[in-house]
Amino acid sequence: MIAWTIYLTFAGALLLLCLPRPVARWIALATALAGFGTSLMAFFTALDVGTFATIIRVPWVPPLGMEYHLAADGISLTLALVTGLTAVSAVLFSWDVDHRPNEFFFWLLLVIGGSYGVFLSADLFLLFVFYELVIVPKYFLIAIWGSTNKEYGAMKLTLYSFLGGTLVFLTIVAAYVTAGSLDLHQLSQYKFPLQFQAWAFPVMFLGFAVLAGIWPLHTWAPTGHVAAPTAGSMLLAGIVMKLGAYSALRVAMNLFPDGFLMWSKWIALLGVIGIVYAAAVALRQRDLKFVIGYSSVSHMGFVLLGLATANVLGIGGAVLQMFSHGVIAALLFAVAGRMIYRRTHTRDLNDLSRMRLTHALPFAAFSFVIASAASMGIPGFSGFAAEITILLGTWKAYPLAVLITGAGMVLGAAFTLRALKKTFFSDAASLSEGTPSVTSDERLVPITFPEKLGACLLIFATLVIGLYPKLLLDRILPAVEAMKFLK
Amino acid sequence: MISWIVSNLWLIPAVPLASALLILAPANSWHRTAAGLAIVGQIAALALAVMAFLPTLEAPGWRSFHNFSWFTFGEHALRIGWVLDPLAAAMLLMITFVGLWIFVFSIGYMAGDKNFTRFFAYLSFFSAAMLGVVISNSLLLLFVCWELVGLASYLLIGFWIHKPSAAAAAKKAFITTRIGDLGLFLGILWLYGSSGTLLFYDGGNGCLEKAGLLALGASATFIALLIFSGAAGKSGQFPLHVWLPDAMEGPTPVSALIHAATMVAAGVFLVARVYPLFSLGAINGMTPSLSVVVWIGVITALMAALIALAQADIKRILAYSTVSQLGLMMVSLGVGGVAAGIMHLLAHGFFKALLFLGSGSVIHGCHEEQDIRKMGGLRRLMPVTFFTYAIGMMTLSGVPLLFSGAWTKEEILHATEQWPRSQMPYYLMMAGVVLTALYMTRQMIYVFFGNRRAAAEHAHESSPVMTVPLMMLAACSIVLSVVLTPAWSWLHDYLLGEQVHFEIERLIQPMFFVSAALVAAGIGLGILIYRKDGETDPFARTLPALFRFLENKMWLDELYAHTVIAAARIAARIADFMDRYFWDGLVRAVGGIGQIFGMFSANFDERGINARVDGGASGTRGLGRFLSARHSGQIQTYLGAVAVGMLMLLLLYAWLT
Repeated sequence: MIAWTIYLTFAGALLLLCLPRPVARWIALATALAGFGTSLMAFFTALDVGTFATIIRVPWVPPLGMEYHLAADGISLTLALVTGLTAVSAVLFSWDVDHRPNEFFFWLLLVIGGSYGVFLSADLFLLFVFYELVIVPKYFLIAIWGSTNKEYGAMKLTLYSFLGGTLVFLTIVAAYVTAGSLDLHQLSQYKFPLQFQAWAFPVMFLGFAVLAGIWPLHTWAPTGHVAAPTAGSMLLAGIVMKLGAYSALRVAMNLFPDGFLMWSKWIALLGVIGIVYAAAVALRQRDLKFVIGYSSVSHMGFVLLGLATANVLGIGGAVLQMFSHGVIAALLFAVAGRMIYRRTHTRDLNDLSRMRLTHALPFAAFSFVIASAASMGIPGFSGFAAEITILLGTWKAYPLAVLITGAGMVLGAAFTLRALKKTFFSDAASLSEGTPSVTSDERLVPITFPEKLGACLLIFATLVIGLYPKLLLDRILPAVEAMKFLK
Repeated sequence: MISWIVSNLWLIPAVPLASALLILAPANSWHRTAAGLAIVGQIAALALAVMAFLPTLEAPGWRSFHNFSWFTFGEHALRIGWVLDPLAAAMLLMITFVGLWIFVFSIGYMAGDKNFTRFFAYLSFFSAAMLGVVISNSLLLLFVCWELVGLASYLLIGFWIHKPSAAAAAKKAFITTRIGDLGLFLGILWLYGSSGTLLFYDGGNGCLEKAGLLALGASATFIALLIFSGAAGKSGQFPLHVWLPDAMEGPTPVSALIHAATMVAAGVFLVARVYPLFSLGAINGMTPSLSVVVWIGVITALMAALIALAQADIKRILAYSTVSQLGLMMVSLGVGGVAAGIMHLLAHGFFKALLFLGSGSVIHGCHEEQDIRKMGGLRRLMPVTFFTYAIGMMTLSGVPLLFSGAWTKEEILHATEQWPRSQMPYYLMMAGVVLTALYMTRQMIYVFFGNRRAAAEHAHESSPVMTVPLMMLAACSIVLSVVLTPAWSWLHDYLLGEQVHFEIERLIQPMFFVSAALVAAGIGLGILIYRKDGETDPFARTLPALFRFLENKMWLDELYAHTVIAAARIAARIADFMDRYFWDGLVRAVGGIGQIFGMFSANFDERGINARVDGGASGTRGLGRFLSARHSGQIQTYLGAVAVGMLMLLLLYAWLT
């Protein structure tokens, strides 16, 4: 059933190209909802979440052993779920797109469909095809509908993606030549020589991790996020960064377990650096979206740290964090990009602090407070559940890393509160001095219904998972336990 | 009945939480209903707390808990739950009861505020989180509620966001306590790593019970210290106390509820809750971690009492007094007087809430003036406030016999004297008692006695909705004495789970006289020094340098600004520079190399390959031009060409044959 997410999304995308403009957003919403509904149903009805069970398997290019082969386990289902969720809210937050809407939603749905594809592929080549399929639409989304240095952002993002893709492709070919198969099931049974794993693992892992924003290959992320249109940032942070982390787990770590154990401490190191470093950079940014962009890098550092622990709690927590960050980052970008920037036409924190936005946009303030709290790791929100699970796992593997991560968490609170204070709870002092507020309260359009709906959807998700992480962890952990690299 | 309340203990925090949500739902529409809902929620929580209190009376040391799993992995599970024991029950009663009167007081105090409803929603939310801390049977659940308490405190300190100082104070409070919480968080991880459980009590397997403690061994000291850093952050212990005086930027009922009676006591409560971790492997009742607690407590208590002497803001004096009293409680816990520390915590909850609400009444009466140097002579204008404030002041100072604070202070001094390691804390605490009486006398004289100064001219007594809570809390400060005396030390034995005895001859202990003498000295000294109305503080006149040092809070804020905060700023600047120029520069350099390579290839393409191709192309074009010139369209030329062709073919044929 979960396979229908892919077909429905692509069908919706094609349909968009043939229909007139006014219905475009409705078709997009219907498609996103259909995908979300399917993933939700599949998530709750799945019986065996512990194995990567085949859904469909059709020969594709028989001489090369390529197959159209889809499979799913608890991890795939969780990530398909967050894809669906983010997709629906991204469409809701793009309700006002009137510049070439059909095309916009077409590219948007391609990203979403390709992401579903990656999360469900059980054939290495198929996975790679879906993976690359996501990159092209991203470029157009940013270059056509973006803002602030969009050509540069789009190009940087695309080049980084292709760099990662090249590294991955190299190792896929090498693995195919060595093992003679592209089937993930068979490959994970095959024992690659230690020598081979020792070089293939880091190359492939790094290739995938580029998209997960691994330090120091993270610089595409902030610029890309800032340049992208709101829905683009939401998908980029919410889903696309997860593609990298997911593939690193599903392919690189699963196929080359010995290589992984050999290199795991270096991954942990890069993860920890990413957490602290990105939080420090965020403290200095003047552009609200840059703050959020760096916070994404910091949060993805937790994912990498969790993966590097090689134990059930750490990796389970990493998958939970992928879900959680997907929801929280989407919400943050939605507030910054759609609720604020589209109305005020500025994201400069100093300008925003003069606008008394709390009075003009109370709902935006409310959403942003919630999202900030979730992002800071306040208990009751999904971020806390994920981070504590990761750190419980990390404590067993790298106690020292936990200490340094702690500094990152304090910095995280600092930059979040700074952004929150500057954007919504600005000083009266800065109001009185200099020019009076640029925007009078009346001129700002009130928050629309689709925006409220999208925000509530995301807030609801982060609260449910924060209070009851068992819902996801019951699906994620059996799948993690089935992996063979566990210490 | 008993089993019902134990398995439904979660209702106690859930009720205020529900009222918080209900208030927020129709935001800013019904004024009265908001306060009503909050108070009904608080009364319901109080009723439930009384119900929960009853079973704990059944037998000494009664304890019951209810656990369940938050999530499972493999055969392991991360479990949370709640516990009901004398400690929790006593805290529940104090928080709900004091909270209730503060809620009532707020109706009057916040009456004119346009965010009246939001205020009550936050207060209820805070109450819920605080009650959650108290009933947690798992360090994880406790931490969850602990952070939510911090969030509520952040929201309430920054409640008047139009005041820049309030927004800054809220941020400072959140981040400072967060640094302490980081230690607590690491302690949790470490505890889980070593013992495999975060439950306090679990039928013998909890981390505070025999089996769990055995598994910890030597790491218990470090875990205890990490937990203590969290406690120090919340309870304003040195060096993390700096946020608490600034937190006075919040509305006064908030200061009373959160920053005096309940939240700041959470740190003391936490240490008491996980006391077995601190005392594990104790020799003579001493462990390294407990010694740290003692010394931090001593430093905090004395330092804050000294600073309080040089402050002019009525609320800040009380804030430093709170910091000082919390230090006193920590000392008590550290030297082994757990019951004494908690007794003082409970008594302090009543009388400090009373003092803060009294100061709120004064501020309200003086039209939002907070500087005690501008008040004076208020005792005739605000008789109820004066009378109740005097009771609070005497309870805090420890005036013997009638007032609850005196008994608990006596008990703490007694416990400190017994500490085998050093007598130093005992002597320092004695100095602290004198200082406390001194600064409270100073405040009383400035506010209520002497000439009326500027702000006191048009002062007026507050309305009954504000004075009734004052009278209630004042009454409690006295009545509580009944269960605190050494003759019938009911609360002491109840908390420790011992049989209660009544022996009237134990009422007056030697320490009673020591304590009484110290308090008398403090108050006498105060009257002597501050008796005369003067423009400048007598203390400032005689010891200006020391006064300035204390007035500026020992320049600790400045010290932090130039060390920790500056370091964080520099780190941020470096990281930002790296990202903006180094990494991005690298990317651009790679791009540049690509472009240079591209230019080279383009050149090669242009001059090398393309030139040949161009040559070939122009040759072809020349040929084409020549041939196309022949296509003139004249039949004669074509016929001629055909004839020539035929002729050539014939010649070829002939030659071949």
